[in-house]
Amino acid sequence: MKNSKGIFGYLLDSRHRSRTISYTMVIAAYIILEVLLHSGSLSNLFQGLLVPATCYLVAAIGLNLNVGVSGELNLGQAGFMAVGAFSGVCVSGLLAGTLPAIPRLILAIIVGMLLTAGVGFLIGIPVLKLQGDYLAIVTLAFGQIVMNLIMNLYVAFDSTGIKVSFVESRFDLEPGGKFLINGPMGATGTERIATFTAGTILVLFALVVVYNLIYSRNGRAIMAARDNRIAAESIGINIANTKMMAFVISAALAGAAGALYGLNYSTMVASKFDYNTSILILVYVVLGGLGNINGTLISTVVLFLLPQLLRGLQDYRMLIYAVILIVIMLVTNNNVLKTKMGSLRRKKA
Amino acid sequence: MNTNETPILEVKELGIDFGGLTAVNDLDLAIYNKEIVGLIGPNGAGKTTVFNLLTKVYKPTRGTIFFDGKDTAGKTVVDINKAGIARTFQNIRLFNNLTVLDNVKTAYHNNIRYSPVEAVFRLPGYYAKEREIEGKSRELLEIMELGDFADVTAGNLPYGAQRRLEIARAMATEPKLLLLDEPAAGMNPQETDDLMRMIRFVRDHFEIAVLLIEHDMQLVMGICERIYVLNYGMLLAQGLPAEIQANPEVIKAYLGD
Repeated sequence: MKNSKGIFGYLLDSRHRSRTISYTMVIAAYIILEVLLHSGSLSNLFQGLLVPATCYLVAAIGLNLNVGVSGELNLGQAGFMAVGAFSGVCVSGLLAGTLPAIPRLILAIIVGMLLTAGVGFLIGIPVLKLQGDYLAIVTLAFGQIVMNLIMNLYVAFDSTGIKVSFVESRFDLEPGGKFLINGPMGATGTERIATFTAGTILVLFALVVVYNLIYSRNGRAIMAARDNRIAAESIGINIANTKMMAFVISAALAGAAGALYGLNYSTMVASKFDYNTSILILVYVVLGGLGNINGTLISTVVLFLLPQLLRGLQDYRMLIYAVILIVIMLVTNNNVLKTKMGSLRRKKA
Repeated sequence: MNTNETPILEVKELGIDFGGLTAVNDLDLAIYNKEIVGLIGPNGAGKTTVFNLLTKVYKPTRGTIFFDGKDTAGKTVVDINKAGIARTFQNIRLFNNLTVLDNVKTAYHNNIRYSPVEAVFRLPGYYAKEREIEGKSRELLEIMELGDFADVTAGNLPYGAQRRLEIARAMATEPKLLLLDEPAAGMNPQETDDLMRMIRFVRDHFEIAVLLIEHDMQLVMGICERIYVLNYGMLLAQGLPAEIQANPEVIKAYLGD
């Protein structure tokens, strides 16, 4: 809605405040990190964390749409990332000689996103018609199945074409032929074309998609189906369709994140996208607050960086990480604190 | 009631069994355009079950329901709403985490449409349609005297306002027939008076038929033009309010022998 207050009035309007904060945080973080990057004051370790951090942000924003906004538990977000990662790696590998890096990266992300959306749609058809925690069970299984499939997948190409197999590890490749995915060894020799700028743009894209969806006819339907299924049906909302939309978009964003992730490493094994990774992303979303996108942004960055920054403490690293998780849970679920925050928010509004 | 007209809703020999229990049996109803009709009866008479049958929450075991001249057999809850029947619930069912305004906006889902692509990329269609949705929603909130609550989270509304919001939300689906399940439950006499005025206004303004379940006889006798009385799932009596009030069978059903 455009109004007379102009662009700043629009941005600061209470209905748009959360999205303004999101965009500001992402852009500010990007500028600061770019400056630090060019002045050489970022350690190698930290530099290597930038792209993966943006990937987890995108996957977590997508998952929040599914778990927070639509209210369906999804335990397979890493599986969708895997689909995106390995399809992205294949696209980039196949086009290595024909396209420059940037269009190739964009194409790989788009292919990864669309393919993952298709896979999500197929999984959603039988599951989303049911009530209850079936989606959690099915996505949990899906994540494991995808990981194991890719660990046994061989994809290679040469001048005669693309060869795909689940058993054959030795293709008769012509000279110049190359393995894209080599079974348990994963994708090897990938050209690293992912950049922090691309990652940031993808995060902004994910934010735009999710916010624009939430504040629309479809977003209201998704939240209505979450809040009261029977009432939503009584006003003519098809529950399965709205839940499907949230699920597919969530999967698509995970696919895009995966494609970027895959193209950030020269070697990538499928076991990277196991159950633990799915749970990790879910933890980012739950601790950030269900349906709260800004919370997701902050908790993802903090919880992703924390174990890396605690690396110096070696053996105590996971212990401290666990303690911090528990403290965050206690603090964010503290009713006294919640009421205080709530009254603060009301005063501002 | 004009008997030359075809009814908007025509129910014939409707019945449903739950296992061995017959909840509703051999029910005939006819509701005409722009009528306000009451459905009353003692607790457990099957009134809400009738609503659930009309809106396809339950599939009838026997009988037919014709709405707007068409057989509704095989339709789903969603289809029935699209066909033009909207309802409220005895135990209030709002979208508790959405604002009052968004609760009503949500109900324009099928009548003012744009694609998810238009929404995500904010194409011009989105802005035009959202303005239309917002305007109509605020108009309904004003009619139901909820204008001041527009930005309040629905779950935090006072009880009476929640009931009125359910009516506003149902009206946003632009129905031809509105089913109200105990709209005055928990309201004080003043609120009930206001509600009667609003229901009448809604009927006159949107030219719809209203079928309401209610225990508050002040409201039933005050605004219903015809009344059906249900007892043990069967039709006990029907007629004008004065006739029903004087009917010894009805008095017996309510007060016992």
